[in-house]
Amino acid sequence: MSQAQIRPKVGLFATCLVDLFRPSVGFSAAKLIEDAGCDVHVPIAQTCCGQPAYNSGDTKDTRDLAKQVIEQFEGFDYVVLPSGSCGAMLKMHYPELFKGDPLWEERCRRFSDKVFELVSFLTDVRGMTEVKVQLGKSVTYHDSCSGLRELGIAKQPRALLSSVEGLELKEMTGSDVCCGFGGTFCVKYPDISGKIVSKKTAMIGETGADLLLAGDMGCLMNMAGKLKREGSTIEVRHVAEVLAGMTDSRPIAGSGK
Amino acid sequence: MQFTAPQFKDNAARALADGQLQKALTNVEKGFIAKRAAAVAALPEFDALRDKGREIKNHTLAHLDLYLEAYEHKVTESGGHVHWAESAEDARQLVLDICRRVGAKTVTKGKSMITEEINLNDFLSEHAIEPVETDLGEYIIQLRGEHPSHIIAPAVHLNKEQVEEDFRRVHTHLDPKRDLTAPETLLSEARQVLRKRYFQADVGITGANFLIAETGTSVIVTNEGNGDLTQSLPKVHIVVASIEKLVPTLEDCSQILRLLARSATGQDISVYTTFSTGPRRAEDPDGPEEYHVILLDNGRTAMLGSEFQDMLRCIRCGACMNHCPVYHAVGGHAYGSVYPGPMGAVLTPSLFGVDISGHLPNASTFCGRCESVCPMHIPLPKMMRHWREREFEKHLNPATARYGLGVWAFFAKRPKLYRMATSIGARMLSLIGGSRGRIASLPFASGWTDIRDLPAPEGQTFAQQWAARQKQGA
Repeated sequence: MSQAQIRPKVGLFATCLVDLFRPSVGFSAAKLIEDAGCDVHVPIAQTCCGQPAYNSGDTKDTRDLAKQVIEQFEGFDYVVLPSGSCGAMLKMHYPELFKGDPLWEERCRRFSDKVFELVSFLTDVRGMTEVKVQLGKSVTYHDSCSGLRELGIAKQPRALLSSVEGLELKEMTGSDVCCGFGGTFCVKYPDISGKIVSKKTAMIGETGADLLLAGDMGCLMNMAGKLKREGSTIEVRHVAEVLAGMTDSRPIAGSGK
Repeated sequence: MQFTAPQFKDNAARALADGQLQKALTNVEKGFIAKRAAAVAALPEFDALRDKGREIKNHTLAHLDLYLEAYEHKVTESGGHVHWAESAEDARQLVLDICRRVGAKTVTKGKSMITEEINLNDFLSEHAIEPVETDLGEYIIQLRGEHPSHIIAPAVHLNKEQVEEDFRRVHTHLDPKRDLTAPETLLSEARQVLRKRYFQADVGITGANFLIAETGTSVIVTNEGNGDLTQSLPKVHIVVASIEKLVPTLEDCSQILRLLARSATGQDISVYTTFSTGPRRAEDPDGPEEYHVILLDNGRTAMLGSEFQDMLRCIRCGACMNHCPVYHAVGGHAYGSVYPGPMGAVLTPSLFGVDISGHLPNASTFCGRCESVCPMHIPLPKMMRHWREREFEKHLNPATARYGLGVWAFFAKRPKLYRMATSIGARMLSLIGGSRGRIASLPFASGWTDIRDLPAPEGQTFAQQWAARQKQGA
């Protein structure tokens, strides 16, 4: 797009896990959104999208949090999140929460229409087809469940990754199989979650890749935590960090060596 | 079967420690998924068929009363009898009454989940009537005194060595030196034993995959032909089916049949698909003298018009459990109820109450794979969430979880306080993580750290760092 055109205003919802555990993902996302010709804004009053309450059956608190998010972000041209799961929450589940609500249904729909997961925003909305960065490593990519099944994100990250100079993509068996995180599931049913994630780390290990990527902090922390406990050296990062060329920071796990 | 859903956690722990079961479960994970994928890929209109299937069932459920009446009328017209059972007890009693009237000592059974739901086998045995399961998988688990662990592959939790052992233990009239190492020899032995039983049976009981209102027909699909022998050899055929099995027409049935086997076993269609309409007519070469249908409600009408109505579209293909990571990890018995996996996590609380089945809709990662393969587009995670809502409303979930959630929501709804708390939290966790950047043990997060490390925060939150950079830039 030409410089003469107005740069869209994007509200970046960094997500609570990025905010607390992995700020570099927020900065990578901001850089990528700017590279895609947009202005980035980070409303200071953002907390959480409400998934813990929503998936625990607490609809009242979920609605309160959803209203808080809508009020903060509805003024932007787009709302972008570096997470398929929080993205699906805002885009797909918020409208469900306000169905039949005369005050909020339409307002929420208008808001949700503007919500996009980061990589989907870059490619599907902004038409980005390549990134100009390099990384001399082999990577394997985990399709996080919400992004994959609720938002249809699978080809987009792979397309952008294939443009990274020197990067080799080694697909794992069952890249679309859940890692066992599941929000509160992993602490409510730790044994089952442990079984699921150890199957996952075995599949990751089989690829022989240097680096594991995904688009969701929850899954990444789960897989990174298990890989680390198993003594694996495979590096773990959010896909945005690689696409933004911001891989100087310490990885979520692993030495990569 | 014994209802152990409240002990789901213990059941799951036992299953995870059972090496033989874990090995058997890889068959579900590997076999069924690949076969379904190939069958679906070979049928370009599969997704259009799913939409059609959903439409047919939604229409039927919206007019269920009318179609049930029409169905009953047609069954009666063809010389059969329809009996209405509100509860499991009613259904059991109706079966027993028929069996007693004809003096039955032995009944053969085709595989039927509904008779598992009403616990029919134990009931008949208690009343001196011997039920004989004729589906190979069901026959095996009957010998073992077990219950199905899967709705279409009841013995999927076993391996062939265990089956050989059971056959040698029970079939003592056969040569002890016989070779039973190949699955085919096991199958042919079961067939040989069961053949005699078919002729002994006074009554044959089957379930129904579909009931057709247009013609008063019941339909069963099998791969072994045992269903046909069960229902055509004895003088009485009893169909036990739940009310949501109804479809309006033969055409509707054939449409949904195209989805069933592909979703279940990856076959285009099952080996046998049998349509039964009434008892034997004068010109028929075989068939039962009496044809009874017992229509079971057992909580289904309460689901109509509720947020769980979509569950009544289920055609019991098992695709959801075949693709469920939790089912792959713990198997079907852990669910402690007739219906395991994602469909069971929705149906079990509907049938038996969420107060005692609460674990099942909670033990899901909401990965959504079940919904993505469901041939009837049932929004399974959404309905599990509805059960969690009911639990939350009724204060059925654990006090610690409620308290934790309450504290979290208190902060999340107060951004300024939240900022302060997360800034402190990030710094503290970062300090605990130290230079290695990982936390191996954290008392209030033992569910996490028992299994895996917690990656430590970098030090400052994103919000803090972003604000600092904005300040510098300004």
